[in-house]
Amino acid sequence: MKRTPHLPEFVTLMLAAMLGMDLMISSANMLIFYLSLELATIPVAAMASFDLEKKTSSEGAMKMILSSAFSSGILLFGISLLYGTTGTVNLPELSQSLNGSPLQIMAFVFFFAAFAFKLSVVPFHLWTADVYEGSPFAVTAFLSVISKGAVAFIFITMLYHVFQPMLHIWYMMLVILAVLTMVTGNLFALRQQNIKRFLAFSSIAQVGFILVGISSYGTMGVVSATYFILVYIFSNLAAFGVASVIAEKTGKEKIDDYKGLYQTNPFLTWMMALALFSLAGIPPTAGFFGKLFLLTAGASRADYWFILIAALNMIISLYYYLKVVRAMFMDKNENPVERLHTSNSVKLGLIICGAGIVFTGLFSWIFDYIKSLS
Amino acid sequence: MNLLFLIGAPLLTALAVLLARSKQQVRWISLAGPTVQLAMAFALFYFFRREKAAGNTSQVLFEQNHKLFEALNINFHFGVDGIAVAMILLTSFVLIAGVLVSWNVEKMTKEFYFLLILLALGAYGFFISLDLFIMFFFLEISVIPKYLLIGIWGSGKKEYAANKLALMLMGGSALILVGILGLYFLGGNSFDMLKLAKTNIPENLQQILFPLLFVGFGVFTALFPLHTWVPDGHSSAPTAGSMFLAGISMKLGGYGALRVATYLLPEGAKQYADIIIILSAIAILYGAFATMMQKDLKYINAYSSVSHVGFSLLGIGMLTQTAFTGALMQMVSHGVMTALFFAVIGMIYDRTHTRMVAEMGGLMKVMPFITTVFFIVGLCSLGLPGLSGFVAEMTVFVGSWENADAFHRIATIAAAMSIVVTAVYILRAIGRTAMGPITNESHLQLGDARWNEKLAAIILVAGILAIGIAPGWLNDLLQPAAAEIMNRIAGK
Repeated sequence: MKRTPHLPEFVTLMLAAMLGMDLMISSANMLIFYLSLELATIPVAAMASFDLEKKTSSEGAMKMILSSAFSSGILLFGISLLYGTTGTVNLPELSQSLNGSPLQIMAFVFFFAAFAFKLSVVPFHLWTADVYEGSPFAVTAFLSVISKGAVAFIFITMLYHVFQPMLHIWYMMLVILAVLTMVTGNLFALRQQNIKRFLAFSSIAQVGFILVGISSYGTMGVVSATYFILVYIFSNLAAFGVASVIAEKTGKEKIDDYKGLYQTNPFLTWMMALALFSLAGIPPTAGFFGKLFLLTAGASRADYWFILIAALNMIISLYYYLKVVRAMFMDKNENPVERLHTSNSVKLGLIICGAGIVFTGLFSWIFDYIKSLS
Repeated sequence: MNLLFLIGAPLLTALAVLLARSKQQVRWISLAGPTVQLAMAFALFYFFRREKAAGNTSQVLFEQNHKLFEALNINFHFGVDGIAVAMILLTSFVLIAGVLVSWNVEKMTKEFYFLLILLALGAYGFFISLDLFIMFFFLEISVIPKYLLIGIWGSGKKEYAANKLALMLMGGSALILVGILGLYFLGGNSFDMLKLAKTNIPENLQQILFPLLFVGFGVFTALFPLHTWVPDGHSSAPTAGSMFLAGISMKLGGYGALRVATYLLPEGAKQYADIIIILSAIAILYGAFATMMQKDLKYINAYSSVSHVGFSLLGIGMLTQTAFTGALMQMVSHGVMTALFFAVIGMIYDRTHTRMVAEMGGLMKVMPFITTVFFIVGLCSLGLPGLSGFVAEMTVFVGSWENADAFHRIATIAAAMSIVVTAVYILRAIGRTAMGPITNESHLQLGDARWNEKLAAIILVAGILAIGIAPGWLNDLLQPAAAEIMNRIAGK
């Protein structure tokens, strides 16, 4: 973002969004939660349009703000129905007065839909690819990693603690949406040519896997989802980091442009490959452990078909991740990306992500530490 | 003996390769590492025999248990039984031969050796682990190196083959994953193989989990009809890659099918034994006849691998102790033999730049050493007494014959008939390439094997002879472990 003339505004917006997320995670009141969710969303939409010269940037921002407003409306409607049936907006009291009446179920569905939008769960994912593609890389990374992580945390808390009386309902919803999300995300990712759109759909598929973990109602669900999000942050940041370095220096964003990258930029290629292997769940990266723990958590309810579908989805996802790997390592290219000079700060950032990818998995105490927190 | 050395040595070697400065350094480091590993494998064999001779009757030796993911009860638990010792010996043999054969790889030498050693690391880890999760981890580690080895250094339709291999193997692992997760929850949240072997899993659940595990491992070991990655993968891979794929990777699957699927789910194994027998008999015959039609030396060995590995699966399906021993012997024997076969093909290809049988002839006159080894390995493949193939296949047949009913007899006879076919294609291929007049003038200038190739061939030939002439040591290793599995099936 060095060349942006409006750096102070950008940073302010980003900090505002961060504040919103912090508030959101610690809120114990529906209205505060709603407020902080908005605070975490609207600045990001403004950030998405920061690439002032690109039409797609403002298009993406527009799409985001419109669909976000729509989902907020649904969320508010859900909250008002909840308030109407229980007479409270405080979360602890709310969970005690839920009885699973049809009206409450409807309210819950609205509530769920709003979350599904933020997490870009299929069929609420339509904004994702356009926004990811249009926004500057920093915003895309922020959106796909940090904002998604924060929403996933609060989603788990809401499901496990507040809507715990409706367990049988949301379990079925989660299973169906998880399968839909994984399959759709994967199938669309197969066809993408642009690396950002590719990562957008792959991250939709990843959310599907997180839902698999969440669907196991229990400590393992929280722990494995948290752990996976941690791993996912490292992996996705590394992938976006490499892509952004290349796009910033050369403007190339197509997967075909990555052909023969290994010949000119071995460091970037290895980092990208490491990140993609981690996203695909290949050992010894942490992604392998993350995905396996999610599936283990999901399997605790003995729905083996569900787990089998998830496991088979891992194969589809491997196919498209390998497509990029193949382009980088194997394909020949007349004019590959030239040898790029990466600044030390970028290198350091990538190395931190790489170390995170490798060591979060192999150092098992990290997982045990997360477990001890929950 | 501390088994951690077995995974520590390849790990250190791989890291040292990364740090090396010149190609020459890379080569010598990657030769030194596997030499140490070979020595360690022999030491392991020696200590294992000494323990057994001293009367140690425990199922696994040199056991170690380190806590890993405590929350999930995943432990770094490992130990070896006879089967594992035999497999580790096999791995170290194939690895050192693979390194020697690829001495002249000029393209990205460092990466090549790094991936090769990573493959070996996966295999060692797989064979020593007693925790299903860790086992799965090591099984998966070896998929991507194979993909890259074929895709970068391969030939022919390499990208297609690499993709097919990676996806089919991942498909197999997906089935294995669901299977071991099922075992985990049924066995009271434990991945520990020794503990799971003591729990009784309800029969109806065994019927669900067994096919998942067996087919999953079956993909790795070319279970018919999931063998299709084998011909493409083997023929496109670089020489060392093919040696590893056929010599070790396929054995990971066979080991898993016996040691995990059959051992942990005996009722399931009984239920599906007939299907396994039918599939493996088809694989044996189909592989043999398909080989008859091949014109490319690598395809010949790839299809004949499908046929030969079928004997291992047949042995597993027969569910007798002798047949199990035979199946395991076949794994070891085929591992050494096929690695040597691919090594020889690679040596011939390096010189003639063709793998087509029709374009060669009279090679005996220009490269006597290579063709002699070619003869030895061919005779081993067709089951000549005195070489390893005969011992293994004979044991499988003897074991199969213990089942007296018509179905098992017919399957055994059908499988045994394939040996005739094998003799036809092997003798034809060798005869056309090695004997007769030299058909291609340019072949007159070709030289014989260099020191590295000679050494690799000698190491593997030694392996074949050691099993063929004195199979007692291998039998001593495998028999007690096979008996243990058989006990579990018999319900003792």
